[in-house]
Amino acid sequence: MDNIFLYCSLYLAFLMLLSLYRGVFGPTVVDRMIGVNAIGSKTTVLLILIGLLYHRVDMFVDIALAYAMLNFVAVLAASRYFQKRKGLHDEV
Amino acid sequence: MDIVVILFLFAGLLFFTGGAVGILRFPDFYSRLHPAGKLDTLGLLLSLISLALFNLHHFSLGALLTSLKILLIVVFVFLASPTATHAIVDAGVRAGLAPWTKGDERR
Amino acid sequence: MDKQGQENPDRERSLHNDNEDLSPAVDPQDRKLFFYPFVLTFIIMFGIWILLSGKFDPFHLSLGLISCGIVAYLSSDLLFSSPRIKGLLAQWARFIRYIPWLMVEIIKANLHVLYLAFHPRMMELIDPRIVKFQSKLKSDLALVTFANSITLTPGTITVDISVDGNFKVHAIDKASGDPLPGEMERRVAKAFGEN
Repeated sequence: MDNIFLYCSLYLAFLMLLSLYRGVFGPTVVDRMIGVNAIGSKTTVLLILIGLLYHRVDMFVDIALAYAMLNFVAVLAASRYFQKRKGLHDEV
Repeated sequence: MDIVVILFLFAGLLFFTGGAVGILRFPDFYSRLHPAGKLDTLGLLLSLISLALFNLHHFSLGALLTSLKILLIVVFVFLASPTATHAIVDAGVRAGLAPWTKGDERR
Repeated sequence: MDKQGQENPDRERSLHNDNEDLSPAVDPQDRKLFFYPFVLTFIIMFGIWILLSGKFDPFHLSLGLISCGIVAYLSSDLLFSSPRIKGLLAQWARFIRYIPWLMVEIIKANLHVLYLAFHPRMMELIDPRIVKFQSKLKSDLALVTFANSITLTPGTITVDISVDGNFKVHAIDKASGDPLPGEMERRVAKAFGEN
Protein backbone atom coordinates (compact mmCIF):
# COMPACT_ATOMS: atom_id res chain seq x y z
CA MET A 1 0.00 0.00 0.00
CA ASP A 2 2.88 2.36 0.77
CA ASN A 3 4.21 1.91 -2.78
CA ILE A 4 0.83 2.85 -4.28
CA PHE A 5 0.71 6.01 -2.17
CA LEU A 6 4.27 6.88 -3.19
CA TYR A 7 3.50 6.60 -6.91
CA CYS A 8 0.23 8.52 -6.47
CA SER A 9 2.20 11.34 -4.81
CA LEU A 10 4.69 11.40 -7.68
CA TYR A 11 1.83 11.49 -10.20
CA LEU A 12 0.20 14.38 -8.31
CA ALA A 13 3.51 16.26 -8.39
CA PHE A 14 3.62 15.71 -12.16
CA LEU A 15 0.07 17.13 -12.48
CA MET A 16 1.18 20.14 -10.44
CA LEU A 17 3.97 20.71 -12.98
CA LEU A 18 1.33 20.74 -15.74
CA SER A 19 -0.69 23.34 -13.83
CA LEU A 20 2.48 25.34 -13.22
CA TYR A 21 2.72 25.87 -16.99
CA ARG A 22 -0.50 27.88 -16.81
CA GLY A 23 0.81 29.72 -13.79
CA VAL A 24 4.03 30.78 -15.52
CA PHE A 25 3.00 31.33 -19.16
CA GLY A 26 -0.70 32.22 -18.72
CA PRO A 27 -1.44 35.20 -20.95
CA THR A 28 -3.24 37.24 -18.27
CA VAL A 29 -3.02 37.65 -14.51
CA VAL A 30 -6.30 35.83 -13.92
CA ASP A 31 -5.03 32.82 -15.86
CA ARG A 32 -2.11 32.66 -13.47
CA MET A 33 -4.51 32.75 -10.55
CA ILE A 34 -6.34 29.70 -11.98
CA GLY A 35 -3.04 27.82 -12.17
CA VAL A 36 -2.12 28.71 -8.59
CA ASN A 37 -5.55 27.68 -7.31
CA ALA A 38 -5.30 24.31 -9.07
CA ILE A 39 -1.85 23.69 -7.57
CA GLY A 40 -3.20 24.54 -4.10
CA SER A 41 -6.04 22.02 -4.21
CA LYS A 42 -3.65 19.27 -5.34
CA THR A 43 -1.24 20.19 -2.54
CA THR A 44 -3.96 19.49 0.06
CA VAL A 45 -4.22 15.88 -1.10
CA LEU A 46 -0.45 15.58 -1.44
CA LEU A 47 0.06 16.68 2.18
CA ILE A 48 -2.23 13.93 3.49
CA LEU A 49 -0.54 11.36 1.24
CA ILE A 50 2.83 12.41 2.69
CA GLY A 51 1.36 12.03 6.16
CA LEU A 52 0.28 8.47 5.36
CA LEU A 53 3.75 7.67 4.00
CA TYR A 54 5.45 8.90 7.19
CA HIS A 55 2.73 7.39 9.49
CA ARG A 56 2.06 10.82 11.03
CA VAL A 57 -1.41 11.60 9.58
CA ASP A 58 -2.60 13.17 12.83
CA MET A 59 -0.02 15.92 12.41
CA PHE A 60 -0.21 16.38 8.64
CA VAL A 61 -4.01 16.63 8.57
CA ASP A 62 -3.83 19.87 10.56
CA ILE A 63 -1.29 21.25 8.11
CA ALA A 64 -3.52 20.26 5.20
CA LEU A 65 -6.56 21.97 6.78
CA ALA A 66 -4.58 25.16 7.38
CA TYR A 67 -3.22 24.99 3.83
CA ALA A 68 -6.72 24.68 2.34
CA MET A 69 -7.87 27.75 4.27
CA LEU A 70 -4.74 29.70 3.34
CA ASN A 71 -5.22 28.84 -0.34
CA PHE A 72 -8.81 30.09 -0.23
CA VAL A 73 -7.86 33.36 1.46
CA ALA A 74 -4.95 33.89 -0.94
CA VAL A 75 -7.19 33.48 -3.99
CA LEU A 76 -9.80 35.85 -2.55
CA ALA A 77 -7.21 38.50 -1.73
CA ALA A 78 -5.49 38.24 -5.11
CA SER A 79 -8.76 38.51 -7.04
CA ARG A 80 -9.84 41.53 -4.96
CA TYR A 81 -6.51 43.17 -5.71
CA PHE A 82 -6.20 42.50 -9.45
CA GLN A 83 -9.74 43.47 -10.37
CA LYS A 84 -8.79 47.11 -9.91
CA ARG A 85 -6.07 46.96 -12.57
CA LYS A 86 -7.13 47.65 -16.14
CA GLY A 87 -5.36 46.61 -19.31
CA LEU A 88 -4.96 42.89 -18.69
CA HIS A 89 -4.89 42.24 -22.43
CA ASP A 90 -1.55 43.95 -22.99
CA GLU A 91 0.28 41.98 -20.36
CA VAL A 92 2.36 39.08 -21.64
CA MET B 1 -11.50 -2.78 1.74
CA ASP B 2 -8.18 -2.01 0.08
CA ILE B 3 -9.83 -2.38 -3.30
CA VAL B 4 -12.43 0.29 -2.48
CA VAL B 5 -9.68 2.64 -1.26
CA ILE B 6 -7.60 2.17 -4.42
CA LEU B 7 -10.66 2.53 -6.66
CA PHE B 8 -11.68 5.85 -5.08
CA LEU B 9 -8.09 7.13 -5.11
CA PHE B 10 -7.64 6.37 -8.81
CA ALA B 11 -11.01 7.93 -9.66
CA GLY B 12 -9.92 11.08 -7.82
CA LEU B 13 -6.61 11.10 -9.68
CA LEU B 14 -8.49 10.71 -12.96
CA PHE B 15 -10.54 13.81 -12.21
CA PHE B 16 -7.38 15.69 -11.19
CA THR B 17 -5.82 14.69 -14.52
CA GLY B 18 -8.88 16.00 -16.35
CA GLY B 19 -8.57 19.27 -14.46
CA ALA B 20 -4.88 19.73 -15.30
CA VAL B 21 -5.34 18.79 -18.97
CA GLY B 22 -8.43 20.99 -19.22
CA ILE B 23 -6.57 24.01 -17.84
CA LEU B 24 -3.97 23.55 -20.56
CA ARG B 25 -6.31 22.83 -23.48
CA PHE B 26 -9.34 25.12 -23.16
CA PRO B 27 -9.20 28.26 -25.29
CA ASP B 28 -9.78 31.17 -22.91
CA PHE B 29 -9.97 32.30 -19.32
CA TYR B 30 -13.69 31.68 -18.74
CA SER B 31 -13.74 28.18 -20.17
CA ARG B 32 -10.53 27.31 -18.29
CA LEU B 33 -12.35 27.99 -15.04
CA HIS B 34 -14.76 25.10 -15.73
CA PRO B 35 -12.22 22.29 -15.33
CA ALA B 36 -10.08 24.21 -12.82
CA GLY B 37 -12.76 25.04 -10.28
CA LYS B 38 -14.78 21.87 -10.32
CA LEU B 39 -13.02 18.82 -11.64
CA ASP B 40 -10.46 19.58 -8.92
CA THR B 41 -13.20 19.78 -6.30
CA LEU B 42 -14.64 16.37 -7.18
CA GLY B 43 -11.16 14.85 -7.43
CA LEU B 44 -10.36 16.16 -3.97
CA LEU B 45 -13.64 14.75 -2.61
CA LEU B 46 -13.02 11.25 -3.99
CA SER B 47 -9.34 11.00 -3.04
CA LEU B 48 -9.84 12.40 0.47
CA ILE B 49 -12.74 9.98 1.11
CA SER B 50 -10.48 7.10 0.11
CA LEU B 51 -7.68 8.32 2.39
CA ALA B 52 -10.11 8.75 5.30
CA LEU B 53 -11.29 5.15 4.78
CA PHE B 54 -7.72 3.88 4.69
CA ASN B 55 -6.92 5.76 7.88
CA LEU B 56 -9.64 3.77 9.72
CA HIS B 57 -7.81 0.45 9.21
CA HIS B 58 -6.42 0.35 12.75
CA PHE B 59 -9.51 1.58 14.53
CA SER B 60 -9.07 3.84 17.54
CA LEU B 61 -10.45 7.13 18.83
CA GLY B 62 -7.49 9.06 17.47
CA ALA B 63 -7.87 7.51 14.01
CA LEU B 64 -11.59 8.32 14.03
CA LEU B 65 -10.87 11.97 14.90
CA THR B 66 -8.27 12.17 12.13
CA SER B 67 -10.70 10.76 9.58
CA LEU B 68 -13.37 13.26 10.68
CA LYS B 69 -10.83 16.05 10.26
CA ILE B 70 -10.15 14.88 6.70
CA LEU B 71 -13.89 15.03 6.04
CA LEU B 72 -13.93 18.54 7.54
CA ILE B 73 -11.42 19.56 4.85
CA VAL B 74 -13.83 18.18 2.21
CA VAL B 75 -16.76 20.17 3.63
CA PHE B 76 -14.66 23.32 3.78
CA VAL B 77 -13.45 22.94 0.20
CA PHE B 78 -17.02 22.40 -1.01
CA LEU B 79 -18.03 25.70 0.58
CA ALA B 80 -14.89 27.60 -0.44
CA SER B 81 -14.29 26.41 -4.00
CA PRO B 82 -17.42 27.96 -5.64
CA THR B 83 -16.72 31.21 -3.79
CA ALA B 84 -13.12 31.29 -4.99
CA THR B 85 -14.25 30.52 -8.54
CA HIS B 86 -16.77 33.32 -8.35
CA ALA B 87 -14.12 35.73 -7.05
CA ILE B 88 -11.78 34.90 -9.95
CA VAL B 89 -14.53 35.22 -12.57
CA ASP B 90 -15.59 38.52 -11.01
CA ALA B 91 -12.02 39.84 -11.28
CA GLY B 92 -11.96 38.85 -14.95
CA VAL B 93 -15.29 40.53 -15.68
CA ARG B 94 -14.34 43.77 -13.96
CA ALA B 95 -11.00 43.85 -15.76
CA GLY B 96 -12.97 43.70 -19.00
CA LEU B 97 -11.94 40.37 -20.53
CA ALA B 98 -14.29 39.39 -23.36
CA PRO B 99 -15.45 35.76 -23.42
CA TRP B 100 -14.23 33.51 -26.23
CA THR B 101 -16.90 32.54 -28.73
CA LYS B 102 -16.87 29.98 -31.48
CA GLY B 103 -14.60 30.95 -34.37
CA ASP B 104 -12.12 33.15 -32.52
CA GLU B 105 -8.53 32.09 -32.24
CA ARG B 106 -7.37 30.65 -28.94
CA ARG B 107 -5.77 32.86 -26.36
CA MET C 1 -23.18 43.92 16.77
CA ASP C 2 -20.68 42.46 14.32
CA LYS C 3 -20.08 45.64 12.38
CA GLN C 4 -16.50 44.60 11.77
CA GLY C 5 -14.95 44.86 8.29
CA GLN C 6 -17.69 44.04 5.80
CA GLU C 7 -15.70 44.69 2.65
CA ASN C 8 -17.25 41.80 0.79
CA PRO C 9 -19.21 41.93 -2.47
CA ASP C 10 -22.77 43.19 -2.70
CA ARG C 11 -24.60 39.99 -2.03
CA GLU C 12 -22.86 39.49 1.30
CA ARG C 13 -23.70 43.03 2.29
CA SER C 14 -27.35 42.56 1.50
CA LEU C 15 -27.38 39.29 3.42
CA HIS C 16 -25.89 41.16 6.33
CA ASN C 17 -28.57 43.85 6.20
CA ASP C 18 -31.23 41.20 6.16
CA ASN C 19 -29.85 39.72 9.34
CA GLU C 20 -29.84 43.01 11.17
CA ASP C 21 -33.63 42.95 11.40
CA LEU C 22 -33.43 39.68 13.31
CA SER C 23 -30.47 40.52 15.51
CA PRO C 24 -31.04 40.50 19.24
CA ALA C 25 -32.39 43.70 20.77
CA VAL C 26 -33.23 44.59 24.34
CA ASP C 27 -36.87 43.69 24.97
CA PRO C 28 -37.56 40.21 26.40
CA GLN C 29 -39.51 38.92 23.40
CA ASP C 30 -36.47 39.31 21.21
CA ARG C 31 -34.18 37.85 23.84
CA LYS C 32 -36.09 34.61 23.66
CA LEU C 33 -35.78 34.59 19.89
CA PHE C 34 -32.05 35.04 20.29
CA PHE C 35 -31.70 31.97 22.48
CA TYR C 36 -32.16 29.06 20.06
CA PRO C 37 -29.69 30.22 17.37
CA PHE C 38 -27.19 30.81 20.16
CA VAL C 39 -27.53 27.26 21.49
CA LEU C 40 -27.34 25.67 18.04
CA THR C 41 -24.29 27.73 17.08
CA PHE C 42 -22.68 26.84 20.41
CA ILE C 43 -23.23 23.10 19.85
CA ILE C 44 -21.74 23.21 16.35
CA MET C 45 -18.76 25.28 17.52
CA PHE C 46 -18.08 22.94 20.44
CA GLY C 47 -18.27 19.89 18.18
CA ILE C 48 -15.64 21.42 15.91
CA TRP C 49 -13.52 22.33 18.96
CA ILE C 50 -13.49 18.73 20.18
CA LEU C 51 -12.76 17.51 16.65
CA LEU C 52 -9.79 19.83 16.26
CA SER C 53 -8.28 19.52 19.72
CA GLY C 54 -8.74 15.80 20.39
CA LYS C 55 -7.99 16.23 24.10
CA PHE C 56 -10.57 15.41 26.77
CA ASP C 57 -8.99 16.67 30.00
CA PRO C 58 -10.89 19.35 31.99
CA PHE C 59 -8.45 22.14 31.19
CA HIS C 60 -8.89 21.97 27.40
CA LEU C 61 -12.64 21.36 27.66
CA SER C 62 -13.15 24.45 29.83
CA LEU C 63 -11.05 26.56 27.46
CA GLY C 64 -13.27 25.33 24.64
CA LEU C 65 -16.46 26.14 26.57
CA ILE C 66 -15.35 29.72 27.19
CA SER C 67 -14.18 30.49 23.66
CA CYS C 68 -17.17 28.77 22.01
CA GLY C 69 -19.46 30.82 24.24
CA ILE C 70 -17.86 34.09 23.16
CA VAL C 71 -17.89 33.20 19.46
CA ALA C 72 -21.49 31.92 19.58
CA TYR C 73 -22.63 35.08 21.37
CA LEU C 74 -20.97 37.35 18.81
CA SER C 75 -22.06 35.57 15.65
CA SER C 76 -25.19 33.54 16.37
CA ASP C 77 -27.25 35.65 13.96
CA LEU C 78 -25.00 34.83 11.00
CA LEU C 79 -25.46 31.08 10.73
CA PHE C 80 -29.18 30.73 11.40
CA SER C 81 -31.33 33.41 9.84
CA SER C 82 -34.72 32.25 11.15
CA PRO C 83 -35.09 32.68 14.92
CA ARG C 84 -37.93 30.18 15.47
CA ILE C 85 -36.78 26.71 16.50
CA LYS C 86 -39.43 24.77 14.58
CA GLY C 87 -38.86 26.55 11.27
CA LEU C 88 -35.14 26.29 11.85
CA LEU C 89 -35.00 22.51 12.22
CA ALA C 90 -37.43 21.90 9.35
CA GLN C 91 -35.35 24.24 7.22
CA TRP C 92 -32.15 22.32 7.85
CA ALA C 93 -33.87 18.97 7.33
CA ARG C 94 -35.11 20.15 3.94
CA PHE C 95 -31.66 21.47 3.08
CA ILE C 96 -29.99 18.17 3.95
CA ARG C 97 -32.46 16.35 1.70
CA TYR C 98 -31.34 18.63 -1.14
CA ILE C 99 -27.68 17.58 -0.90
CA PRO C 100 -27.84 14.01 -2.35
CA TRP C 101 -29.60 15.23 -5.48
CA LEU C 102 -26.94 17.91 -5.84
CA MET C 103 -24.15 15.30 -5.53
CA VAL C 104 -25.67 13.18 -8.33
CA GLU C 105 -25.92 16.27 -10.55
CA ILE C 106 -22.31 17.24 -9.77
CA ILE C 107 -20.99 13.79 -10.72
CA LYS C 108 -23.04 13.65 -13.94
CA ALA C 109 -21.92 17.09 -15.03
CA ASN C 110 -18.30 16.41 -14.02
CA LEU C 111 -18.20 13.38 -16.30
CA HIS C 112 -19.44 15.62 -19.12
CA VAL C 113 -16.61 18.14 -18.63
CA LEU C 114 -14.09 15.31 -18.24
CA TYR C 115 -15.23 13.95 -21.62
CA LEU C 116 -14.81 17.43 -23.12
CA ALA C 117 -11.34 17.91 -21.65
CA PHE C 118 -9.97 14.68 -23.16
CA HIS C 119 -11.80 14.91 -26.49
CA PRO C 120 -9.30 15.37 -29.35
CA ARG C 121 -11.55 17.79 -31.26
CA MET C 122 -12.61 19.72 -28.17
CA MET C 123 -12.45 23.12 -29.86
CA GLU C 124 -15.33 22.21 -32.18
CA LEU C 125 -17.49 20.78 -29.42
CA ILE C 126 -17.49 23.67 -26.99
CA ASP C 127 -19.53 26.76 -27.69
CA PRO C 128 -19.26 29.17 -24.74
CA ARG C 129 -22.09 31.57 -24.19
CA ILE C 130 -23.53 33.86 -21.53
CA VAL C 131 -27.04 32.87 -20.42
CA LYS C 132 -29.19 35.46 -18.67
CA PHE C 133 -32.36 34.69 -16.78
CA GLN C 134 -34.55 36.02 -14.00
CA SER C 135 -34.89 33.84 -10.92
CA LYS C 136 -38.05 33.59 -8.86
CA LEU C 137 -36.20 33.03 -5.59
CA LYS C 138 -36.62 35.68 -2.91
CA SER C 139 -34.38 35.25 0.13
CA ASP C 140 -30.67 36.00 -0.07
CA LEU C 141 -29.62 32.64 1.36
CA ALA C 142 -31.62 30.80 -1.31
CA LEU C 143 -30.05 32.95 -4.03
CA VAL C 144 -26.53 32.27 -2.72
CA THR C 145 -27.20 28.54 -2.48
CA PHE C 146 -28.58 28.53 -6.01
CA ALA C 147 -25.56 30.44 -7.33
CA ASN C 148 -23.11 28.08 -5.61
CA SER C 149 -25.00 25.05 -6.92
CA ILE C 150 -24.78 26.44 -10.46
CA THR C 151 -21.06 26.96 -10.04
CA LEU C 152 -20.54 23.48 -8.60
CA THR C 153 -22.24 21.73 -11.50
CA PRO C 154 -19.54 22.06 -14.18
CA GLY C 155 -20.41 23.49 -17.53
CA THR C 156 -21.91 26.52 -15.85
CA ILE C 157 -20.41 29.33 -13.75
CA THR C 158 -22.37 32.13 -12.13
CA VAL C 159 -20.83 35.38 -13.36
CA ASP C 160 -23.10 37.89 -11.69
CA ILE C 161 -26.25 38.13 -9.56
CA SER C 162 -28.18 41.29 -8.86
CA VAL C 163 -30.12 41.76 -5.64
CA ASP C 164 -33.49 41.02 -7.24
CA GLY C 165 -32.31 37.70 -8.69
CA ASN C 166 -31.02 38.57 -12.16
CA PHE C 167 -28.54 35.85 -13.08
CA LYS C 168 -25.71 35.92 -15.61
CA VAL C 169 -24.30 32.45 -16.19
CA HIS C 170 -21.36 31.40 -18.36
CA ALA C 171 -22.11 28.03 -19.97
CA ILE C 172 -19.50 25.95 -21.78
CA ASP C 173 -21.85 24.58 -24.43
CA LYS C 174 -25.48 24.63 -25.43
CA ALA C 175 -26.38 21.38 -23.66
CA SER C 176 -25.30 22.59 -20.21
CA GLY C 177 -26.71 26.12 -20.59
CA ASP C 178 -30.20 25.19 -21.75
CA PRO C 179 -31.69 23.45 -18.69
CA LEU C 180 -31.26 26.56 -16.52
CA PRO C 181 -33.03 27.67 -14.36
CA GLY C 182 -35.40 24.68 -14.56
CA GLU C 183 -35.22 21.78 -12.18
CA MET C 184 -32.44 23.10 -9.94
CA GLU C 185 -34.32 26.30 -9.14
CA ARG C 186 -37.40 24.30 -8.21
CA ARG C 187 -35.35 22.10 -5.88
CA VAL C 188 -33.70 25.08 -4.21
CA ALA C 189 -37.09 26.76 -3.81
CA LYS C 190 -38.40 23.61 -2.16
CA ALA C 191 -35.34 23.37 0.10
CA PHE C 192 -35.92 26.89 1.35
CA GLY C 193 -39.70 26.69 1.53
CA GLU C 194 -40.47 29.17 -1.25
CA ASN C 195 -43.23 28.15 -3.59
